[in-house]
Amino acid sequence: MTTATQEIKRQTENKELKNVVILFAGDSGDGIQLTGTQFTNTSALLGNDISTFPNFPAEIRAPQGTLAGVSGFQLHFGSVNIYTAGDASDVLVVMNAAALKANIKSLKPGGIVIANTEGFGTKNLDLAKYPKGVNPLKDGSLDKFKVYEVDITKLTRACLEGSGMGVKDIDRSKNMFVLGFLLWMYNRSMEPTISFLKEQFKKKPELIETNTKVLKAGYNYGETTETFTTRYEVKAAPMPKGIYRSIMGNQATAIGLITAAKKSGLTLFYGSYPITPASDVLHELAKHKNFGVKTFQAEDEIAAICSAIGASFGGSLAITGSSGPGIALKGEAIGLAVMLEIPLVILNVQRGGPSTGLPTKTEQADLLQALYGRNGECPVIVVAASSPSDCFTMAFEACRLSLEHMIPVMLLTDGYIANGSEPWRFPNAKDMPEIKVNFATKKNGTIQNGDVTEERYLPYKRDEKLSRPWAIPGTKGLEHRIGGIEKENDTGNISYEPENHEFMVKLRQEKVDRAANNIPDQKLDNGKEKGKILVLGWGSTYGSIKTAVKDCIALGIEVSHAHVKYMSPLPKNLGNILKNFDKVLMPEMNNGQFSKVIRDKFLIPTINFNKIKGVPFSAGEIKAKIEELNK
Amino acid sequence: MSTTTTPAPTEKLTAKDFTSDQEVRWCPGCGDYSILKQVQTVMPDLGIARENIAFVAGIGCSSRFPYYMDTYGVHSIHGRATAVASGLKATRPELSVWIVTGDGDGLSIGGNHTIHLLRRNLDVNVLLFNNEIYGLTKGQYSPASPLGKVSKSTPYGSVDNPFNPLALALGAGGTFIARSMDRDPIHLRTILKRAHEHKGTSFVEIYQNCNVFNDGAFEVFTEKASKKAETLFMEHGKPLIFGANAEKGIKLDGFKPVIVNVADVSANDLWIHDERDEMKATLLTRFFDDPKKADHMPRPFGIFLIQDKPVYEEGMSAQIADVIKARGEGDLDTLLRGRETWTIN
Repeated sequence: MTTATQEIKRQTENKELKNVVILFAGDSGDGIQLTGTQFTNTSALLGNDISTFPNFPAEIRAPQGTLAGVSGFQLHFGSVNIYTAGDASDVLVVMNAAALKANIKSLKPGGIVIANTEGFGTKNLDLAKYPKGVNPLKDGSLDKFKVYEVDITKLTRACLEGSGMGVKDIDRSKNMFVLGFLLWMYNRSMEPTISFLKEQFKKKPELIETNTKVLKAGYNYGETTETFTTRYEVKAAPMPKGIYRSIMGNQATAIGLITAAKKSGLTLFYGSYPITPASDVLHELAKHKNFGVKTFQAEDEIAAICSAIGASFGGSLAITGSSGPGIALKGEAIGLAVMLEIPLVILNVQRGGPSTGLPTKTEQADLLQALYGRNGECPVIVVAASSPSDCFTMAFEACRLSLEHMIPVMLLTDGYIANGSEPWRFPNAKDMPEIKVNFATKKNGTIQNGDVTEERYLPYKRDEKLSRPWAIPGTKGLEHRIGGIEKENDTGNISYEPENHEFMVKLRQEKVDRAANNIPDQKLDNGKEKGKILVLGWGSTYGSIKTAVKDCIALGIEVSHAHVKYMSPLPKNLGNILKNFDKVLMPEMNNGQFSKVIRDKFLIPTINFNKIKGVPFSAGEIKAKIEELNK
Repeated sequence: MSTTTTPAPTEKLTAKDFTSDQEVRWCPGCGDYSILKQVQTVMPDLGIARENIAFVAGIGCSSRFPYYMDTYGVHSIHGRATAVASGLKATRPELSVWIVTGDGDGLSIGGNHTIHLLRRNLDVNVLLFNNEIYGLTKGQYSPASPLGKVSKSTPYGSVDNPFNPLALALGAGGTFIARSMDRDPIHLRTILKRAHEHKGTSFVEIYQNCNVFNDGAFEVFTEKASKKAETLFMEHGKPLIFGANAEKGIKLDGFKPVIVNVADVSANDLWIHDERDEMKATLLTRFFDDPKKADHMPRPFGIFLIQDKPVYEEGMSAQIADVIKARGEGDLDTLLRGRETWTIN
């Protein structure tokens, strides 16, 4: 194996492809996510456009070889623009029988299966619940696919024989063999992975050597084995000029928050309690202590948000992050922040619900919770990110709106874009706008005390945005008390007056509504301004809708696409856009939540199109629906 | 609380400077009035400017406290004052932060935050007003009410065992554990000052009479007739002595505290109080007998324990300083670029 490079190179055919979907699948301990990420980064460096979708079980190490333990990483890369992780895969790499069984339905007819034969022994077939005596590799059930059987485990062991490593450790490197082989198959360099290994195992140099050896063995296996006669090439995509990096949604959110802290000159405080799929934001922020970031892993979700409220009272840019169940626990404290009228960003990386629901799967079913899910009339600003890199933009926007309007802002992302990745033409720091924060330093009003007019700091005296001043502890003369009890405007004194309560409730709503003056107009993403069908989406369905609408327009269908990112208040021109279309189709990964809102606000008969399966829409599903509506 | 980093006031302050313009709305005769008075009296002596003091409360009668203090203040939600104060102190270590809570707020709905605050040891002061009842909701038993307590929600008597609040605080890793009472202003002021001086979370349980829903819950400790016999006022370096004529003392018989007649033993045999002895403090928090029980131990007041332990917000700031020293101040462009980039021309 190691001498393979010296052998005479065989004649292989090179075939150019526009785009390819590879699905890596195996046990959650097989290193599938790492294999996928490395292939992604290598392809990104080559200039492909990319979208990825990791799919892992809720259990960290589910029983080996079982269907419950299958972890997947779907990667879509191309020389054309890519907006989704792909509907069906061209290549399915499976480390065992369960991985095959769980994913074979998503492989295109004629697609390639690369199967690790060692994972198809009797025990593995049993675990995958194949009937006794049935081996899918042998029974002809895969005849419509091209199946390559490779004994990856055996080849990896042979490669590291005599390395002094135990079999268990050796087997852990078999993902490198797979990666090496696929890098060969798609004409990709091993260099980025080798430099990654060097960085990753800086402190364990022996692992750099062994992993590199297995990686090369996988590459050379493709080169020397006569079974593989075709190599594929996917050229760079026509992307706008610029410098790119690969970015995952949760990472983008974290960077967006840090950027907002820098641009506002405030300390970033992140109060959070571990929860899937939001924890990675905490992990990412905790890495960046050199930006002065204060991360506080609280004892529970309530303490997480309450600590952030305390930090905000103290003058920090305060964030709390969680997922649906955690947001439910934070409800009362969100109400407190609404009453205190302080800046606070509440991040919800949505997952399948209700209750524990589907922790590792994606859903958009917390929109109504974000808009209405608290006691009393309790409006906040709600914004939603539409792609991994858009998490950066919307995290920054959430902070900007929260600080400029002195109001809590809910930022919605979801498991799909949080864990998904794409190329990002990142901005320069200097091109990001400053966020202006003016702490109050002077008394701003008077009160009448008998015959005496006294100069006072009035904590609830408002500007034209209805935003109140932010006087932080340490500011002499502006000492004041605020709380969750209904209060009088201007003074902030406790008030149980009937007229006052109604006035304050309306005022807090008006405050959210006026933020519409401070957000961009809704734009059409694609299609004409007037027409037959408008596909109206929000959040992570962006890529699938984008692809479907593009395909339909190419077919001559009169369809347009608008994607909403400011959920409350809605852009002021949205109503006018809706009026210009005969039909409004609303694909959502929930039971029609945004559709309810649109019907309520604009009294139009929207057409719901819902998928609540824990997985994103495929572009094909949306395209079929548009075609059906066009009939 | 330490005063090392908190800026001093520029003018001489009085108790009146700490009194807000809000009308105090506790029931007439409530023990809270005395506590408010002692806090306002002590504040000027602490040498801190008003603007650098924050009072944070949850929900309950005691939690209205911040409205009456002319400092910065937050009246938050039920049980969460400790959590709000943690975020404030973590980001503004120079502030003097005071948490006002009650037995329902701090031990029941907010119990989780209380123990975690003590564990983290943020440099704040917790004043737990214990009246062994839910007052604001009009008279249900609390997690501090004794077994058998007849209340609105337990007309046939409570079947719940109560917490021993100070044993709980000690078990959670508290570094300053003390008890005082509304009816002993001098003692209360002394303890408040000591709490302020301590660096770390100071946990002060204050027995407070709710004259409407639980009148007389602590009268055996607070009223002249029984106070001396039923209470044990601990002073560092002094023997543990109590009784109407200071005739009784506590002696350790192995690990077992026993009551002796002072006349029968030599002074050296008595238990000498040591605020820094964790083991002895553990025993003292267990002096929690029902005063109606025969041969019960007196109820201790004063400081049970003071310990020096790392303070959360200092650790947090020091870590940030260390990382900045090692890696340099964060550069936004470097962060935005990430590890690997590629250029499309």
